[in-house]
Amino acid sequence: MDVLDRVLGLYNYWIVIVLMMVGFYVVMASRNLIKKIIGLSIFQTSVFLLYISVGKVRGGSAPILDKAIETYSNPLPHVLILTAIVVGVATTALGLAFVVRIKEAYGTTEEDEIHKQDERSD
Amino acid sequence: MIEAHLPALQVVLPLLAAPLCVVLRNGTAAWALTLATSWAALAVAVALLVKVLADGPISYELGNWLAPWGIEYKIDAVNAFILVVVAAIGAIVVPYAYASVRAEIEEERIYLFYCMYLLTLTGLLGIVITGDAFNIFVFLEISSLSTYVLVGLGRDRRALTAAYQYLIMGTIGATFILIGIGLLYMMTGTLNIADLAKRVPPLAGNRTVLAAFGFITVGASLKLALFPLHHWLPNAYAYAPSTVSAFLAGTATKVSLYILIRFIFTVFGASFAFKTLPLDIVLSVLAVLAMFVSSTVAIFQRDIKRLLAYSSIAQIGYMILGISFASVTGVAASLLHIFNHALMKGGLFLALGCVMLRLGSVRIEDMHGLGRTMPVTMAAFVIGGLSLIGIPLTAGFISKWYLVLAALESGRWYFAVLIVLSSLLAVIYVWRIIEVAYFRPAPRSEAAEPVREAPASMLIPMWVLIGANIYFGVETSASVGVARQAAAMLLGSGP
Amino acid sequence: MKHHFILRVIAKFAIPFILLYALYVQFHGDFGPGGGFQAGVIFAAAFILYALIFGMEKARHAAPSAAIRLGIALGVLIYAGTGVAGILLGGKFLDYSVLAHDPTHGQHLGILIVEFGVGLTVASVMIAVFFAFASRPRSEG
Repeated sequence: MDVLDRVLGLYNYWIVIVLMMVGFYVVMASRNLIKKIIGLSIFQTSVFLLYISVGKVRGGSAPILDKAIETYSNPLPHVLILTAIVVGVATTALGLAFVVRIKEAYGTTEEDEIHKQDERSD
Repeated sequence: MIEAHLPALQVVLPLLAAPLCVVLRNGTAAWALTLATSWAALAVAVALLVKVLADGPISYELGNWLAPWGIEYKIDAVNAFILVVVAAIGAIVVPYAYASVRAEIEEERIYLFYCMYLLTLTGLLGIVITGDAFNIFVFLEISSLSTYVLVGLGRDRRALTAAYQYLIMGTIGATFILIGIGLLYMMTGTLNIADLAKRVPPLAGNRTVLAAFGFITVGASLKLALFPLHHWLPNAYAYAPSTVSAFLAGTATKVSLYILIRFIFTVFGASFAFKTLPLDIVLSVLAVLAMFVSSTVAIFQRDIKRLLAYSSIAQIGYMILGISFASVTGVAASLLHIFNHALMKGGLFLALGCVMLRLGSVRIEDMHGLGRTMPVTMAAFVIGGLSLIGIPLTAGFISKWYLVLAALESGRWYFAVLIVLSSLLAVIYVWRIIEVAYFRPAPRSEAAEPVREAPASMLIPMWVLIGANIYFGVETSASVGVARQAAAMLLGSGP
Repeated sequence: MKHHFILRVIAKFAIPFILLYALYVQFHGDFGPGGGFQAGVIFAAAFILYALIFGMEKARHAAPSAAIRLGIALGVLIYAGTGVAGILLGGKFLDYSVLAHDPTHGQHLGILIVEFGVGLTVASVMIAVFFAFASRPRSEG
C-alpha cells in the first residue's frame, strides 16, 4: 500500500503542484493581459495552500487560544500567509490598474496587438 | 538613546515619511520631505557602518521578542556596506529629482511619485537590514510594488507595458523566493537567518533543501536580471522617468543580488552551493553569457537609455562571475562592483536625464554635437563611460582588477581573458556615443530656444556621483577594505 | 441600477449590517478569525455595494476622496506611530509591553491600535481602488 500512501497521503502536495503548474502555464502561455494576472493569482494561491497545509498538526484545532483545547495547529504559517495574501491582493490590484491604463492607451488588452503597435511606433 | 534604535530608524524614517507625503499633497512639500528623509536615512546608514566596522555585528530585536522567535535586524559588514550604497544613491538622486520630475511627471501626481519613492527606499533598506527570511520577502514585495508604480509613471505609453511585464516577472520571482523560504521553514522550523545558518547545512543532502535552494536561486536571479531572466530590465529602465532609472540602476538589482549572496553564503554555506552542487559552473557560464550577449546587443541600440540598461545586465554578469569564484577576492570583487556600478550607472543615468530635460529625447540620432551644447553633462558622461570600460584611475578599473585577480587566484585564467574581451565591447558602445556627441556638428535648431546646459540642481548630484567614480578609483582603501572584510565574513574566515 | 427596486431595498437593508459585521471582525481578531485586513475589506465591500447600486456620485458623497486619502495615510501613520511610541516609552520598536501599566495590557492595547490602523488603511485603499476603476471614462470599444 506504499504507492497509495504516497498518492493519497500526500494529497495536499499534489493539489499544490497541480495548481502551481496550472497558474504558471497560464501566466506564460496567455496572450491576454488579464488572463496573465489570473494565472499569477492561481500560482500565488497554490503557495498559500502549501504553507497552510503543512502547518496543520494532527489532532490540532484552529490556533485560537481556548482553555479546553490542548493541541493547536501551528499559528505561524497562518500569519505568514495572511501577509502573503495581502501582498497578492495588492499585486492583482496594481496589475489590473496597469491593464486599465494600457487598454486606454492602446485600445486593446491582447499582447500581440500591443507589440505590433509598439513596433510600428519605434 | 537614538543610537540604540538606529537599525529600526533606518526603516521607520522613510516608512513614516511616505504617508506624510500623501497628507501634504503639494509636490514641493513632498520633495522637501523626501530630501530630508533620504538624507537622514543616509546618515543612519553611515552611522551603522561605522559602528559595525568598530564593534562587530549589531542585533536589534523588533518588539523585544528574542530571536529566533521574533524578527531580528542583524547588521554585519555586508549589510552595512549595501545599506550605505542604497541610502547614498537614494539621497543623491533626490536633489536631482526636483527639476527632472517636474519636467517628466504631471503636477498633480508629483506627491504620489515621492510617496512611492519613499516606499521603495523603505523596502530596499528593509531587505538589506533584516535578519528574518520571511521579512525579506515582505520588504521585497513592498519595494517591488512601489517600483512597478515608479516605472509606470513614465511619459511614454510603453512605460505601462514595461511596468506590467516587470510586475509579472517580478511577482513570479518573489513567489519563487517565498516557496523556497517555505520549504526551508518546513525542514527547520525557523525563519531567522542566523538560526537557519545553523540548521540547514547538516541537512545538505535532503531533497526538500535542494528544492528550496533551487527556488530561491531562480527567484533571486529573476529579480536581479541574470541572463536569461533579464527581459524585463531593458524596457523598464528605458521607459521609466530618468530619476527612477538612475535610482533603480544603482539599487534594485543590487539588493536582489544581496538576497542571493545572503542565502548562498550564510544560510546554505559555500561548500553546499559550490561543492555539492555545481553552482559555480552554472553561475559562471550565465555570467559570461550576460557579459558578452548584453554588451553586443547594447552596441546596436539607438535609444541610449536602453543601451545603458543592456550594459547594466552585462555589469550584473561581472558581479555574478565574482560570486561564482567563491573566494574572498571573488566575493569582495562582487561587493566592490555593487558599490562602483551604483556610482557609474547612477551618474550615467543622471547625465541622460539632463539630456532628456533639454532635448526631450535620448535617441542617438538626436544627440549630434551635444558635446558642444551641453559640455558639462557630456564631460560627466565621458568619465562615466570610461569607468564603465574600466580605464585605470576610475572606480570601474578597481572592480575589474579584483575580478581578474580572483580569476587568476582560482586558476581559471580564461575568465580573466573573457573579462578583458568584454570590456573591449564596452569600448565600442561608449565610443559610439562620444563620437556622435563630439565629432558630429550640432543640428541647426529650428526650435525657438537653443539647447543649453541643464540646471545646477541636476548637474551637481550628477557630478557628485561621477566625481566619486574618480575618487574611489584613486583612493581605494575605504571601499576595498570594507568589501574584503565583508567577503571574509561571508566565507567564514573573518569576524 | 435605479430600476432594480428589489436590489435597492435589499442593499439599503444589508449595508448597515455589513458595516457592523466589519467592526465585529475587526475587534474580535483576538478571539476568533479576523483582524485588520479582513475587517477592512468587508467594510469597503459595503461602500462598493452602495456604489454599485446607487451610482458613483452618491457614493462619492458617502466617501469623499479627501477622506479616503486621509484614511490611507492615517492608518500607516497609526501603525508606525505605535512602533515609535514603543521606542519613546523605553522599549524597542513595536514593543507593545511598555504601552500600558503592565505587559499583558500593553500587548492587548498595542495589537488593538495597530489592527485598527491596518483596518483603516485597507478599507480606504479598497474603496479608492474601486472608485479609481469605476470613474474611468467609458470607452466606445
